[in-house]
Amino acid sequence: MDTAISAKELTKWFGEGDLRTYAVKEVSFDAYFGEILFVVGPSGSGKTTLLSMISGILRPDSGTVNVDHVDIWSLTPDQIAEFRLNKVGFVFQDYHLFSRLTTAENVAIPLILKKKDWDESIRDAEHYLDVVGLRNKAQLAPVKLSGGEQQRVAIARSLVTQPDLLIFDEPTASLDGDTGRRIMEFVKNRILNDSRCILIVTHDSRIFEYADRIMRMEDGKTVGIQKRMDH
Amino acid sequence: MKGILKVAFKLLVNDKGKYAALLVGITFAVFLMVQMTSIFSGILVKSSSTVINLGADMWVMDPAVNNVASSIPLPDYVLDAVRSIEGVNYAVPLYSGAALVKLRNGIFQPVTILGLDDNSLFGRPELIEGEIEDIYAENAFIVVQDTEVRKLGHPTVGTEFELNDHRGVIVGIAKVGASGLFGLPTLYTTYSKAIQYIPSPRFTISYILVEPKSPEAVPHIESEVRRLGYLALTKDEFMEKIANFYKYQTGLGTNILIMTVVSFLVGLSISGQTFYTFILENLEKFGALKAIGAKGRELIYMILFQATFTALVGYGLGVGLCVLIIVLAKIRVPEYSATVTFTTLAFAFVMVLIIVAISSYIGIRKVLKIEPFDIFRG
Repeated sequence: MDTAISAKELTKWFGEGDLRTYAVKEVSFDAYFGEILFVVGPSGSGKTTLLSMISGILRPDSGTVNVDHVDIWSLTPDQIAEFRLNKVGFVFQDYHLFSRLTTAENVAIPLILKKKDWDESIRDAEHYLDVVGLRNKAQLAPVKLSGGEQQRVAIARSLVTQPDLLIFDEPTASLDGDTGRRIMEFVKNRILNDSRCILIVTHDSRIFEYADRIMRMEDGKTVGIQKRMDH
Repeated sequence: MKGILKVAFKLLVNDKGKYAALLVGITFAVFLMVQMTSIFSGILVKSSSTVINLGADMWVMDPAVNNVASSIPLPDYVLDAVRSIEGVNYAVPLYSGAALVKLRNGIFQPVTILGLDDNSLFGRPELIEGEIEDIYAENAFIVVQDTEVRKLGHPTVGTEFELNDHRGVIVGIAKVGASGLFGLPTLYTTYSKAIQYIPSPRFTISYILVEPKSPEAVPHIESEVRRLGYLALTKDEFMEKIANFYKYQTGLGTNILIMTVVSFLVGLSISGQTFYTFILENLEKFGALKAIGAKGRELIYMILFQATFTALVGYGLGVGLCVLIIVLAKIRVPEYSATVTFTTLAFAFVMVLIIVAISSYIGIRKVLKIEPFDIFRG
């Protein structure tokens, strides 16, 4: 498998002097196209900080991140924004859908940011809503949808630019067990492909079975990367 | 860029409660600012109504005069002296004063009397009834058909009245561009008849109306009149002098200015606070947009667009409301003086732009400070 992400000696601290705290310390790992990598660990172990550095959101204090062989932190701020827009799809824990826009308009936002024509963006958004099984909810406001449906809208929004890298932050945290499993089935069977790498931060051990590999973190460090036995 | 502005538009107008509050703030501020300044403009126009209506290019007066109503009589020799100044095409006397008219029903009514030069009738009004030559008839007066004429019992041609124990008769009805500030009906007659009917001091010329041969002659005429110890002003200069009197020597301008500033502050606080709340409520969403890949400048455009759009709609509503109120007020109270001028509109527009700039600045600062990482961290 081709390397999608190569992180070397990634370090991030907050505060200075005696107050300096390491959120992530000298973490290195590779992730590959065609795999789902779970990043797990207790609260405060540095999972979200690590993913933020990998996805071009938070600049590391040291270390490098290569995504598809591009050192992203050597790019200018505008180029990093472009990188996030074109290469990364985010599914936030709280979804962050705009309640004043329709579901289709929410999904179309990344395309609109890419300056694609409005009507064309909506058409593409409706296609991805179809992919997640919500074509008939395209004109509804997100607040009219259930938690699971909102999650799927967020997934459709993350997919609409066909990114190489998908980042899920606690995708099942606010869903019941059945809905969470259905979402993960969908991710595994419909979203993952050979040219895409999916990183999932989660506490939810009920969905560990969907991981290809699981990276455990504690106190800002990697304590092991475990390959699932059935792979 | 069009797409992201459309998103900004939908985020704004689909939040109906906030949008309405924003519009109310701007509309209220614009309404008050335009209303205040329009009332002031109306007062200024009315205070210069005689200058506007008579239409003379230049006015010669005593230097102590500060408004039309408070004329200081000029000696007759000044008229001759002015006529002899090089560049003067012609110069005529004007009588301007007040008198008490006794109506047929016994009621007394103060009026403004304007006595026009007998030979030229320079400054005569446009008649809508009667013939101007009739002004030379015995006891003849022309009444101005304005909002004040009802105080004379809506006189028609032939209506008789008493003026200082003299018989007066209406021979014509005229229309003028602007009615006076003090709510008095206006009667036109000849200069000679005016000084005959109205008790006068030693000198009787209120103003000398001058027609210069050319605009280039104006500075020379002004300096020659100054040498005589009097003041010559163009029509615009005289109107400015009157406006300055009301602005700076009556307290009127200061009061209006204070009210306008209060209106601005009220509008700014309502709109600024509501817009700030709107931004705060959408802060996470702006952060999410940033995380997805929106650039800082795109978020700035969104906020500027939202603020500008609200301001323009609020400005239109505020001006519309003000015009509506003025129209309704004028139907009910004919003497109501308010004039919406381009200057008034431009002033209110600039004030609204300042409100937009301040509100946007606060919002933009907040949005640019939000880190996508904070959104990710939850």
